[in-house]
Amino acid sequence: MSLREIHLTVNGEARTATVENRLLLVHCIRENLGLTGTHVGCETSHCGACTIHVEGTPVKSCTMFAVQADGKSITTVEGLAGPDGISPVQEGFWEEHGLQCGFCTPGMMMTATALVRVEEEPSEAEIREAISGNLCRCTGYVNIVRAIQFAHRKIHSPAPVPVMAHEGGE
Amino acid sequence: MIPAAFDYLAPASLDEAIDLLARHGPDAKILSGGMSLIPAMKIRLAEPAVIVDINGIPDFEYLREEGGQLHIGAMTRESAFEQSGLVRHGYPILFETAKVIADPLVRNRATIGGNIAHADPANDHPATMLAVGATIVARGPNGTREIAADDFFNGFFSTALEDGEMVTEIRVPAPTARTGSTYLKFERKVGDYAIAAVAVNLEVDEAGHCTSARIGLTNVSDVPMRARNAESALIGHAVNAKSIEAASREAAAECDPKADLRGPVEYKRDLVRVLAGRAIGRAVARAQGRTH
Ligand SMILES: Cc1cc2nc3c(=O)[nH]c(=O)nc-3n(C[C@H](O)[C@H](O)[C@H](O)COP(=O)(O)OP(=O)(O)OC[C@H]3O[C@@H](n4cnc5c(N)ncnc54)[C@H](O)[C@@H]3O)c2cc1C
Ligand code: FES
Ligand code: FES
Repeated sequence: MSLREIHLTVNGEARTATVENRLLLVHCIRENLGLTGTHVGCETSHCGACTIHVEGTPVKSCTMFAVQADGKSITTVEGLAGPDGISPVQEGFWEEHGLQCGFCTPGMMMTATALVRVEEEPSEAEIREAISGNLCRCTGYVNIVRAIQFAHRKIHSPAPVPVMAHEGGE
Repeated sequence: MIPAAFDYLAPASLDEAIDLLARHGPDAKILSGGMSLIPAMKIRLAEPAVIVDINGIPDFEYLREEGGQLHIGAMTRESAFEQSGLVRHGYPILFETAKVIADPLVRNRATIGGNIAHADPANDHPATMLAVGATIVARGPNGTREIAADDFFNGFFSTALEDGEMVTEIRVPAPTARTGSTYLKFERKVGDYAIAAVAVNLEVDEAGHCTSARIGLTNVSDVPMRARNAESALIGHAVNAKSIEAASREAAAECDPKADLRGPVEYKRDLVRVLAGRAIGRAVARAQGRTH
């Protein structure tokens, strides 16, 4: 069994891990780096629960080897909040009730975070297409779409975001 | 879901990659996007002793027009096709093909070189490459050679690539003013492989006659295939509802689908007929400048 030392930047911090070549990146993140926010849903490249950013691009971390991230900068859900608190995407999921069990949520928010960077407001169809690699068994996606719209407005519209009251809400 | 152990090599240049492939022979596998290879390794369908990761080779992802052709670096990700204005406006069939492959997260990693070299009859690029008459550039220990898409796919998951050869570039002829092309896929659910898909690339002259046609079919035979009888039913004929119907019936007759979870043979054949009719109609409209 050959072990290799890899050096990567994880949520802005330099980290080192000693890994087998065959170790999947998601397992390195959870087990070697101790960041268990990134989930393993299917392990067959379908569900997107393991989505992280590699050099800013959202990818399924169960379908990359940890050695492929050597020298790279990665961001996991733990890296979304900044010194000023939770990110606009996290706030959107909170305000719009974008989660139920929360299993898909870390991956969903990583995909959403990349999507809302683009200045032009995505249509609902574009949002649904963008999250089509992230499966949610609970919400029916409606509130996830709203959460992403909330985040986009918060980032790109100067006006304060009104908190919408939904049917059945407080 | 743990792959078998392997040695990991990450060449920093194409020359180094070719050397490593020659040195390790059949024990080595190229890793590009990994979206087909890694899932196969997890279920131990593939157990390569050596992985040659080509992601670190510089200048391997590009889309540029040169000498009347689009030159595509083998490591170009599917997402790059979606984001490229050149592809979207100049080569709509490539845009439409990339857009329906898997899901956006997979497309951020998956590469055109891997999609073609893997030669899965369910992969979407091969039919399109047959339709546009692409040239596949391969490099190996004996140098570089060009392979016509027609000669590239030669069996179930099998290609004309020799041991130690890799795909380095794909070249697609630029469409003429009278070309219309499209890729139409029908899938069971978003992100799935095709039940069937049809790639059409044709030319229509001013009198409304089809002067050339190439049609590729996805996932309805063991090998990505051209629907040559369907092409013959169009070439030299006026394009109208009757000739389009005749061509789509030919495509349905000449494909060779297998019954599986995606449906029985009769259903798939009829789907090919319907998709071919729609795709030819859309390509003709584009060739005549009626739509984009
Ligand atoms: C959930 C999911 C859904 C998918 N749905 C679709 C779909 O709808 N349509 C579709 O077309 N595909 C689909 N795919 C497959 C995906 O597009 C693959 O990425 C693609 O088929 C292979 O490209 P890759 O770059 O990932 O290759 P890899 O997985 O890295 O390699 C695939 C094979 O090709 C070889 N290879 C790679 N690059 C080269 C090269 N340059 N020269 C020679 N050999 C090479 C490798 O050694 C390996 O044998 C799906 C994948 C997943 C995970
Ligand atoms: S765990 Fe990676 S896609 Fe499901
Ligand atoms: S909230 Fe439960 S899977 Fe999405």
